[in-house]
Amino acid sequence: MASTVGSVEQAAAFELKGRMATLTVLRLLTPDNDTLNRQLEAKVAEAPSMLRGLPVVLELSAVAGASADQLALWLETVRGQGLVPVGISGAGEDVATAARERGIGVFPELFGGERQSPKPGSSRRSAEPEVLPGRVIDQPVRSGQQVYARGGDLVVLASVSPGAEVLADGNIHVYGTLRGRALAGVQGNREARIFCRSLRAELVSIAGQYQLSEHLGGDGAEGPVQVYLEDEALCIVPLEA
Amino acid sequence: MSKIVVVTSGKGGVGKTTTSAAFAAGLAKRGFRTVVVDFDVGLRNLDLIMGCERRVVYDFVNVINGDANLNQALIKDKRLDNLCILPASQTRDKDALTQEGVEKVLDELRESFDYVVCDSPAGIERGAMLAAYYCDEAVVVTNPEVSSVRDSDRMLGLLASKTRRAERGEEPIREHLLLTRYSPQRVDKGEMLSVDDVREILAIELLGVIPESQAVLQASNAGVPVVLEESTDAGQAYDDAVARFLGEEREHRFLVEKRGFLGRLFGG
Ligand SMILES: Nc1ncnc2c1ncn2[C@@H]1O[C@H](COP(=O)(O)OP(=O)(O)OP(=O)(O)O)[C@@H](O)[C@H]1O
Ligand SMILES: [Mg+2]
Repeated sequence: MASTVGSVEQAAAFELKGRMATLTVLRLLTPDNDTLNRQLEAKVAEAPSMLRGLPVVLELSAVAGASADQLALWLETVRGQGLVPVGISGAGEDVATAARERGIGVFPELFGGERQSPKPGSSRRSAEPEVLPGRVIDQPVRSGQQVYARGGDLVVLASVSPGAEVLADGNIHVYGTLRGRALAGVQGNREARIFCRSLRAELVSIAGQYQLSEHLGGDGAEGPVQVYLEDEALCIVPLEA
Repeated sequence: MSKIVVVTSGKGGVGKTTTSAAFAAGLAKRGFRTVVVDFDVGLRNLDLIMGCERRVVYDFVNVINGDANLNQALIKDKRLDNLCILPASQTRDKDALTQEGVEKVLDELRESFDYVVCDSPAGIERGAMLAAYYCDEAVVVTNPEVSSVRDSDRMLGLLASKTRRAERGEEPIREHLLLTRYSPQRVDKGEMLSVDDVREILAIELLGVIPESQAVLQASNAGVPVVLEESTDAGQAYDDAVARFLGEEREHRFLVEKRGFLGRLFGG
């Protein structure tokens, strides 16, 4: 009898896989729910087969100061038009909390505050290599905070606390202890790496391949390390002095 | 120049009100004109700990609503004549405190006091953010346990981003860590985080360590800020913390269990 129970427990019920998926972002440009409803209805009527059942992320950075109540309305509207809201992004803490309570995921800032609208005449996308500046943070990244370096590297000159999350399209450098979650190459760049002075992370991920803290080697990971992707596996190796 | 100091924590029951009372009394004892403001609408503990609960007539919300002026609501401490208390109201309505109302009252208090100490409610929601929004300095009260440290860390993140100084890009709030209810024996047994663990995670200046002490409960039952009980360990630790807050150098005490076996057997 005991063995039956044992074998039942041994068969893994699930696997956690880090995979990138493309999601449609519904960027709200007005807080007005009626307008949203009307225009969404028209859009869905144009391409019902494409839009019905489509998972979307509600991006709210353009409707600053949104409230939890407004979020409830918008979610209802979006669902009412047959879309499936799976997450939100770009909202304040109150709205994010309300979303989590409704089982809606909260994504990192998809449109960073520093995003500029393209200047007229800047369309000469020549062969010039595009070097994005990356982001430098000189304060600790604290629990509940999230920092995303869009299109480049992220450099943190302090520590990343447990419960904090740092993300970058490029590499992540942490010149303190990395205790939170670090996700490099979040748009799928498999060459991205994570460097830190000391690794006590809850999670590290490169291009969607991740490892949770229990597999990070615990006390063995004292001292500076780098994390990179080789084939399908994350490698965590000490940095030689 | 007048300063607003918020005593905050995230997690509840870690010793904010105890600390607010001790800090305000400690500052007043050193000659500073000090007022301590209870932001914990609905609970109202500060006046009990300060021993003035029977003298509450008007409160913070009355002043904001214009039912009373500040002088009618402020209660003068019986022991220290440059110390006042602005009690919270017992109203259930947490939204009674408005941002503009709070700003107006704090501005007015700044005119007559050197220090305005704000006793924050627990949490990181509206009430706690209102107490912190206008502050110049913050005392972050933390117990040596993982959940309290995590909440303090969150609160530090909010202080650095959601306060008036942060929003205006002014000089950042000065942040001080006060570790309270510290028990060296329990740290030795591995039941609590050590001072060094907490300092390393929060990475801010350590203002002081207040030991877990019977004296705290006794003082609050007697309605006396524990810092005025000068013979007690917690009273002395708070006094050290206030001195450091004002720029004095003081060695940290109460970090190790001093008494030996016999002392522990016979000591009170
Ligand atoms: N150093 C200490 N030693 C022993 N007991 C303490 C100490 N500090 C605080 N306490 C006790 O802990 C309890 C909570 O303290 P206090 O009311 O100051 O916390 P608080 O953070 O203001 O709580 P709340 O979040 O509910 O406002 C009280 O019973 C108090 O007597
Ligand atoms: Mg309290």
